[in-house]
Amino acid sequence: MIVRLPRLAGLILLLLATSVSAKADDFAALVGNLTGDSFVEKEAAVIALGALGDPRAIPIFEALSDGRLFRSADGHVVISVTDGGTTRARDAVTGDDIASVDPDSLGRIIVNNRLRRAIEGALGALTLFSTDPVSRLAAAQDALRHPSAPEAALLEKAIAVEKDPEIHAAMQQSLAAARLMSGSKEERLAAVRALGMTTNPQIRNLLDEFRASADTDPELQKAADAALASIGDRLRLVGIAANLFQGISLGSVLLLAAIGLAITFGVMGVINMAHGEMIMLGAYTAYVCQQLFRAYLPAEWIDAYLPVAVPVAFLFAGAVGVALERSVIRFLYGRPLETLLATWGVSLILQQAVRSIFGSPNKEVSNPRWMTGGFDPIGGFTITWNRLYIIVFCFIVLSVLALILNRTSFGLHMRAVTQNRPMASVMGIRTARVDALTFGLGSGIAGMAGVALSQVGNVSPNLGTIYIVDSFLVVVFGGVGNLMGTLVGALSLGIVNKLLEPVAGAILGKIVVLAAIIVFIQRRPRGLFALKGRTAEAEA
Amino acid sequence: MKTATPMTDALLYLNGVTVSFDGFKALNDLSLVVDEGELRTIIGPNGAGKTTMMDVVTGKTRPDAGEVFFRGTADLSHLDETEIANLGIGRKFQRPTVFENLTVFDNLELSLADSRGTWRTLFAQLTSDRHDRIAATLARIGLTEQSGLLAGLLSHGQKQWLEIGMLLIHDRTLLLLDEPVAGMTDRETEATTELILDLANDRTIVVVEHDMAFVRSLGARVTVLHEGAVLAEGSIDHVQNHPRVIEVYLGR
Amino acid sequence: MPALSDGRHKSAWSPSFWARFVTCGMVLALAVPALNAWAPPGSPVALPDYLVPLLGKYLCYALLALSLDLIWGYAGILSLGHGAFFALGGYCMGMYLMRQIGTRGVYGNPMLPDFMVFLNWKELPWFWWGFDHFAYAVAMVVLVPGLLALVFGWLAFRSRVTGVYLSIITQAMTYALMLAFFRNDMGFGGNNGMTDYKDILGWDVHQPLTRLGVYITSVFALGLGFLLCRYVTASKLGRVLLAVRDTESRVRFLGYSVTNAKLFVFTLSAVLAGIAGALYVPQVGIINPSEFSPGNSIEIAIWVSVGGRGTLVGAIVGATVVNSAKTWLTGAAPETWLFVLGALFVLSTLVFPRGVVGLLRRPSGVRPRAAAPVPAGEQA
Repeated sequence: MIVRLPRLAGLILLLLATSVSAKADDFAALVGNLTGDSFVEKEAAVIALGALGDPRAIPIFEALSDGRLFRSADGHVVISVTDGGTTRARDAVTGDDIASVDPDSLGRIIVNNRLRRAIEGALGALTLFSTDPVSRLAAAQDALRHPSAPEAALLEKAIAVEKDPEIHAAMQQSLAAARLMSGSKEERLAAVRALGMTTNPQIRNLLDEFRASADTDPELQKAADAALASIGDRLRLVGIAANLFQGISLGSVLLLAAIGLAITFGVMGVINMAHGEMIMLGAYTAYVCQQLFRAYLPAEWIDAYLPVAVPVAFLFAGAVGVALERSVIRFLYGRPLETLLATWGVSLILQQAVRSIFGSPNKEVSNPRWMTGGFDPIGGFTITWNRLYIIVFCFIVLSVLALILNRTSFGLHMRAVTQNRPMASVMGIRTARVDALTFGLGSGIAGMAGVALSQVGNVSPNLGTIYIVDSFLVVVFGGVGNLMGTLVGALSLGIVNKLLEPVAGAILGKIVVLAAIIVFIQRRPRGLFALKGRTAEAEA
Repeated sequence: MKTATPMTDALLYLNGVTVSFDGFKALNDLSLVVDEGELRTIIGPNGAGKTTMMDVVTGKTRPDAGEVFFRGTADLSHLDETEIANLGIGRKFQRPTVFENLTVFDNLELSLADSRGTWRTLFAQLTSDRHDRIAATLARIGLTEQSGLLAGLLSHGQKQWLEIGMLLIHDRTLLLLDEPVAGMTDRETEATTELILDLANDRTIVVVEHDMAFVRSLGARVTVLHEGAVLAEGSIDHVQNHPRVIEVYLGR
Repeated sequence: MPALSDGRHKSAWSPSFWARFVTCGMVLALAVPALNAWAPPGSPVALPDYLVPLLGKYLCYALLALSLDLIWGYAGILSLGHGAFFALGGYCMGMYLMRQIGTRGVYGNPMLPDFMVFLNWKELPWFWWGFDHFAYAVAMVVLVPGLLALVFGWLAFRSRVTGVYLSIITQAMTYALMLAFFRNDMGFGGNNGMTDYKDILGWDVHQPLTRLGVYITSVFALGLGFLLCRYVTASKLGRVLLAVRDTESRVRFLGYSVTNAKLFVFTLSAVLAGIAGALYVPQVGIINPSEFSPGNSIEIAIWVSVGGRGTLVGAIVGATVVNSAKTWLTGAAPETWLFVLGALFVLSTLVFPRGVVGLLRRPSGVRPRAAAPVPAGEQA
């Protein structure tokens, strides 16, 4: 933490200067000094200008650094501003545009490295007072890196005039850090306690250094320890919260991917290896919708492609599913192993078809504006909007599905066929129709899952293969034929996966999960929420 | 798991056996004794627990309470199906479950009282001795001509006999026959009666049945089950005139 | 095996069988080398050098398919993870071949293969010891897949996991192994695998004579594997397995240990697959983790299915036919191969369940059917 000399000098001067009211002609005179020939002169001018604390100096410093500061023939200092395609000249002191200037009459004011450093230091100090809130915030956060007594005094002055609460808080934090290094004992104690509330790893490092420094005051040491412990706890909590969120997010994606499989496997005992491709088709539907919207509709409507893509994907994937059931799967009932192989073949065909039409490389699907970005709930990690929307979407789909299963007659028929097919048929339920529609429903949901996935991942022909193994594991783990099992299975697998990741790495974590499931199957071959009773036992 | 001293003289001993499926009591404190060499018939309405009782004896289902002993020493509630089968207890299922894709001959060959170890079966040879045994059994069950036919192509009655033959050839001491004449013609039923009576000469047989004429023709001691427990026991006449039995079968 | 009228089986070792077997063996083992080594180059019957390892590769695939038919066609165990056993055998052989490179690698390190030097490893990991000896490597080719099969099978069969559930967890097994072997720090070459072999048992791997040698070894391996499988399926154990395939619980009631029977064939099958993998590696010149991919294992099932499940010969025919088609199509019209493969999957299950061999043989009421119809309520 080396305080740079020019900056320090600038700070000291600034302090001196701000305690004396700035005079307008001082400003103009100092700017004029920039036109001097020697670097020493220019440096002094820079430092003095910085010490004035006048925000008008900021554009001058920036221009000087960029090589856009010129001296005109009549001794004025001119900034060259490029806006749009045109370049204008602006008076450095007054800020007014100069109507006509002959570019050849301008002499560029040259800088060297040392001068650059001085400019940097002065700029840094000044931007605390900049009119642009973004610069102020950046300056406040940057001040953390050079905590010192002059910095502290500067920050105090900035805080006094700061209105924006976020920037105010950042300045307070940097002030505490500065006081930590250089205040009186009471100030330091107060600073330590104040800093204990943060989750900023930079501050943790600062406290570590402070703790390790030669200061042997026991009270300060104890306070520092307490603060470090509290920060450690908070960071751990934040870490867990972040992993939990990621886990739920992954779980919701797995759930969407697996729920269709759970239905088709549960109701019809069909292992559909082409399920992943239904997801993939849904993702490509989203892509096509996006492209169509871009090509044919006004630009403001582009974000609406997503709500349109969802039902379209459902219908499209559902239709493909029904076609698959009617043409292939129907003939293979009661032979799950053959169904597995046949649907694997279909998946190869679908993948290659998409590859031939769209090509192998990933396709770009952008989030609508209302899904970009995120927010920071407790300080320390970001909840991105797209993942949050997907979690919500997933639960909506689950609820609607539960409603369909439990409240509609179609759902009743589906459940009847799941539990006792011959009986259901004898009761007048058209099992063939139920089968086709069930398959369509499962595939349609997979299509919607694909739309969701397009928002968080890449869209490629291999998308299905990535999720097929996980979907099966969810179904096998959670138990076949019921929604609760799939829900619990998906969420637990998602969370466990993400919790393992920081410990074991993504791949090793996956291996551990797979091995655990293999072992788990030994104990409960039918999964967590297996259907009990004699009829269910009659199945494999 | 075997106890040191025999609990009882009886071949098959059930005491207070209870089995419940998700709250429903299939067997409710059932107690039953079958002596060696006996031919016993078990009857009862549907849901009385006849099949569950067989499941318990053969190890397919574990009882929630009660004792099940074979020859007084073998605790059947703690052995698995293979071990129980190797003790000498054989079961014929309600639906014939012969191996449809093997020939009649093969079905019997597999049931021979040979070593069941995997290595032994790998190197087993079909000696003439074994061949003769199979031929003898085929004769006894009346399927000599169908020896080379795939079992799946047999008639229903023939499949039942084949199954009985499979139990026969293995020298099982205790045979549990679950509805052996279900779906048979009158002539097949007669033939089956003769077969069972013949077999009863040299082994213990428990027959579960619905067909009263068949039960009568067997002429054995009858046990009536109802709602998972024994309702009455005795000769067929005694049981058919028993007031409780009449109540249960005919309703009030 | 067809049964005679008195029920006994026509012997599996009849003279007509031996005649067919020896003839095929002679053609494969003698004609091919002769056409390669002795036919004058430029003559229409000369077998080009590059074809020899290609044919050898087909033979290895045939052995692999055979191993799957043994457990699927006869015991009803559809393992969709057999690629793992194949790959493990391949890696064992690959490790031996890597050690044989010695100082002739890019980095010239006598002990460490190039990829380890590249990773800055200082010494050979413990699991590589012994692989500089051929006998040890061969032992490992048998033991590693065998042990994995033994453990995995014991866990699975003991818990009575069957049918589709079993297929899924075999997929999971091979998937997990694939992920593991892709890691560079596992010590098996990571995603690049192991390649650039120099010689095997002192013979230069690239020489036509060496290739012929490996090819002939593959012929013998296939032949012996076939005889072994035939013996098992014709024995009483084979009939027990057929019974298990159709009605597992009934076999248990009969007093047989279904777990042990399945475990035996599963392990034997894995060992055969491992041997196939070991012979495959010197002929294709590389082993990498994509051999573990779940898709590879599923493809083996199609070779068996196309050829005719439960006939042993069908597996050999199917593997050869499908892979020849693959070689031809991926060269001539690459985009169409996956369509053809997918169609093969669909057609062979829907329309031709008995496969090529099943179609060629006259169906007779006495012969066990290849694809058994499944009684309601029992597993397939």
